[in-house]
Amino acid sequence: MLLLLLGLIVFYGLVVLFSAVDQNQSLFQAQLLRLGLAFIGLFIAAQLPPRLYVRWAPFIYLAGVLLLVLVLLIGVTVKGSQRWLEIPGLTRFQPSELMKIAVPLAVAWYFHERPLPPSFKDVCVALGIVAVPAGLIIMQPDLGTGILVAGAGFAVVVLAGLPWRWMAYVALGFAAAAPGLWYTLQDYQRQRILTLFDPESDPLGAGWNIMQSTTAIGSGGIWGKGLLEGTQSHLDFLPEAQTDFIIAVIAEELGLVGVLILLVLYLLIISRGLFLAVSAESTFGRLLSGALILTFFVYVFVNIAMVSGLLPVVGVPLPLVSYGGTSAITLMAGFGLIMAIRTHKAW
Amino acid sequence: MVKLALKDPIREKQMFFNRAAILFVGVLVLIGVLVLRMVQLQVWEFQTYQTRSDHNRIQVQPLAPPRGLIFDRHGEVIADNRVSSSLAFVTERIDDLARMMQKVSVIVGITPAEITEFEKRLFRKRRPYEPIVLRDALNEEEIALLAVNRHEFVGVEVIAEQIRYYPFGDLLAHAIGSVRRVNEADLATLDQVRYSGTRFVGKLGVERFYERSLHGEVGYQQVETDAHGRIRQVLDIQPPIAGHNITLHLDNRLQIAASAALGQSRGAVVALDPRSGGVLAMVSQPAYDPNLFITGMSGNEFGEISGSKYKPLFNRAINGQYAPGSTFKPVVGLAAVVNEVTSWDEVIHDTGAFRLPGQKRLYRDWSWRTNNSGGQGKVDLYRAIYRSSNVFFYDIASRMKAEQLIDFSRQFGFGRNLAVDVAGASVGLLPDPIWKKGYKGEIWYPGDNVNMGIGQGDLLVTPLQMAMVAATLANRGKMVRPRMLLASDSMLIEADTRSSLPNISGPSTEDWENMVSAMEAVVHRGNKGFRGNGTAWAYIGRDISYRMAGKSGTAQVVEIKQGQEYKEEDLEEFNRKHAWFIAFAPVEKPVIALAVLVENGGGGSAVAAPVAREVIDAYLLPRLAVR
Repeated sequence: MLLLLLGLIVFYGLVVLFSAVDQNQSLFQAQLLRLGLAFIGLFIAAQLPPRLYVRWAPFIYLAGVLLLVLVLLIGVTVKGSQRWLEIPGLTRFQPSELMKIAVPLAVAWYFHERPLPPSFKDVCVALGIVAVPAGLIIMQPDLGTGILVAGAGFAVVVLAGLPWRWMAYVALGFAAAAPGLWYTLQDYQRQRILTLFDPESDPLGAGWNIMQSTTAIGSGGIWGKGLLEGTQSHLDFLPEAQTDFIIAVIAEELGLVGVLILLVLYLLIISRGLFLAVSAESTFGRLLSGALILTFFVYVFVNIAMVSGLLPVVGVPLPLVSYGGTSAITLMAGFGLIMAIRTHKAW
Repeated sequence: MVKLALKDPIREKQMFFNRAAILFVGVLVLIGVLVLRMVQLQVWEFQTYQTRSDHNRIQVQPLAPPRGLIFDRHGEVIADNRVSSSLAFVTERIDDLARMMQKVSVIVGITPAEITEFEKRLFRKRRPYEPIVLRDALNEEEIALLAVNRHEFVGVEVIAEQIRYYPFGDLLAHAIGSVRRVNEADLATLDQVRYSGTRFVGKLGVERFYERSLHGEVGYQQVETDAHGRIRQVLDIQPPIAGHNITLHLDNRLQIAASAALGQSRGAVVALDPRSGGVLAMVSQPAYDPNLFITGMSGNEFGEISGSKYKPLFNRAINGQYAPGSTFKPVVGLAAVVNEVTSWDEVIHDTGAFRLPGQKRLYRDWSWRTNNSGGQGKVDLYRAIYRSSNVFFYDIASRMKAEQLIDFSRQFGFGRNLAVDVAGASVGLLPDPIWKKGYKGEIWYPGDNVNMGIGQGDLLVTPLQMAMVAATLANRGKMVRPRMLLASDSMLIEADTRSSLPNISGPSTEDWENMVSAMEAVVHRGNKGFRGNGTAWAYIGRDISYRMAGKSGTAQVVEIKQGQEYKEEDLEEFNRKHAWFIAFAPVEKPVIALAVLVENGGGGSAVAAPVAREVIDAYLLPRLAVR
């Protein structure tokens, strides 16, 4: 069931991507290859027994943290951020991607043996497990991924039974500290937030992306301009049309209908995922499945909200649709875990 | 007491279900938010964004109309259009502007002035990816070098456009005027729509007067461009309508002859066809190359032109205002005859000096120094013209009422611009008692009449006005308006609607013939000794093959004090006298009338008359030979 839905959304994504890359064969084939790899990753992850994940969880986590430290020490700098690790002669990869799974894995492992709802001490330890890698990622600096990793870990804590009262306190605390936080942001980050409120203040600079993406979305109307017919996308007005802003291509070419189809597919995947989580037998399985599916939703929401001008621009791709390999592989591996938990119920 | 924490799987599962349910509701709400946002953008605000999207990709670009050409009377192109390539930067595609500027300047020369202009344009409002012009008029070599090294110049574009070209450069600069770059001040006055694609506007002369017709109608093309400003396809095009071509009375060959006749002298020649008033030649020297103002020049070059003490930008032919000197005498003589102050028979004894009754001041004759014995002896009006007797004109002028002299003179167009289509011509000054009272706070003295009698005093005229006087004398009193336009390819909006001028009233046919014949004597009366020859005969009359009438003039620039002698060599260059000559030919059926002015040239007969002769020769001799 879940696999069918994933297949549908990937297919839908490929159709749109075909248009977004301007029918560029090599780019399209590269993405096909990546998605193939991602599905293989899903099947492998689905075959391994959850027992194994519980056993390996702390080591994967520690290895991940170690890699993050290495990134800060000897990482490769691209566009002002040090996010990549280079394996000479082979490839480069972002350890922060790995942490999107490793962190919820570790938190779920921590709560697995402990009574729930968690005690104050357990919550503190869990938050610590989340905070260390999240902090390392934010230092790269990569605020977007840092928040997503923290979110994935925090989702486990919430699902584990973190009292709502405490969350309210924390939220209040953040609200109070907001003016102070403003000063800890980098200049470009502040600019992005300011741009959100008034994109036309700097139409050629920071506001350009958001003005062009809302224009693309709005001009699509209900039925869209037709596949391959999007002027914003094909005349290069829309930035990052194949990657982070691909939802704008869908909205422009396939209209509101196209967006609704996508949202329904996402909602079905999330519903199915949550159902699987609820029906899991072990605490670890429930927490991990639930957290992964919630993280998936956060990606969807943050990306679409950002492109449609509701949130500041952060580098979050549209899951399973945006061009790019790393994110697809991580996500598919996550879904593999959920399936593994499902198929190995007896455990 | 130790509190034992035990796991309770049932309770845990229940709690997880609750949480998951609450979070699922949250997911639904947030997805609802996204759907609402999409509905807002795509349904409620659809029109706004559709417009914005079209506005993004569809641009209406103005297409500048080709400017109308200007031809001389023989069909020679004297104001042309040519394609010029300029270098422009698309700053959005250039990372380091300063470095690129430096790299480009190795291949093409760029002046500091051009950089200043470029920086001004840089801060003006414009579309993204709109090229900003850095330098005009690239030559073939520069274009080739840029093309070969294209890969090194990302964001540097070569744009081709039509610009005005004056094939004869400074020869016609003052005759047809020129276009200049549209500047900030022009933007405020020009029609924003019509001039949306235009970079040059007629600022002087014919180019200015016929601007509306020469300009043409702007066209448009609707293009789809990508975000980098590159045109992907032309959606719609409404071609521009070229400006009207116009043909002038101007005779380029005569213009060349007149320019050559003046040589290195500062001065002006205006030649008219007395029958039509058509301007056959209009020379003002020194001149400048108007092409420099179109393609741009360095600050030094501009400084040299605009700061020169010889004022090459100054159009002496229509804006130079000088005392007419003795060339004014035919007008004074006719005024005296008309007012019956004198007759063609009256004889006066010219002793070389004149004194108003009851006054001490002595008005001397021009021949005071050359002929110390004084005066021309017995002089009548005829002789007073060909000998240019000052004393005679002092006398008859002093005997007229100021109004009689002034009102008669006014008919010739002094103090007015009577030309049909000479933009910005100065009007000169015909002083009268009211003007003098208002401007100088003094009453009109008899001495003012005396001064005006020989074309001095406050009287100021332009060479164009004196050419008109020559034409009027040639026409025996029939006035014609000077005009530049001979023909056009269709009716022009600026078409001449001014009424024709009334003829000079007063002189009889006989008076005109007498005056013409006196002026003929100026040129042709010779071999009669110093006191018997026409003033210009020795200089131009000995070998002339046709009949020409003329009058010389020598206008004082600085006042000579009472009792002081005029010594040319003592005066600074700019204080020397101006030389005038007005003439027309052939006497019986004149086809050309002209005025020559040589600034600080000295004597009119010696300096200006030979110029006039050369110009008329150039015009007349080929015609006479054909006949």
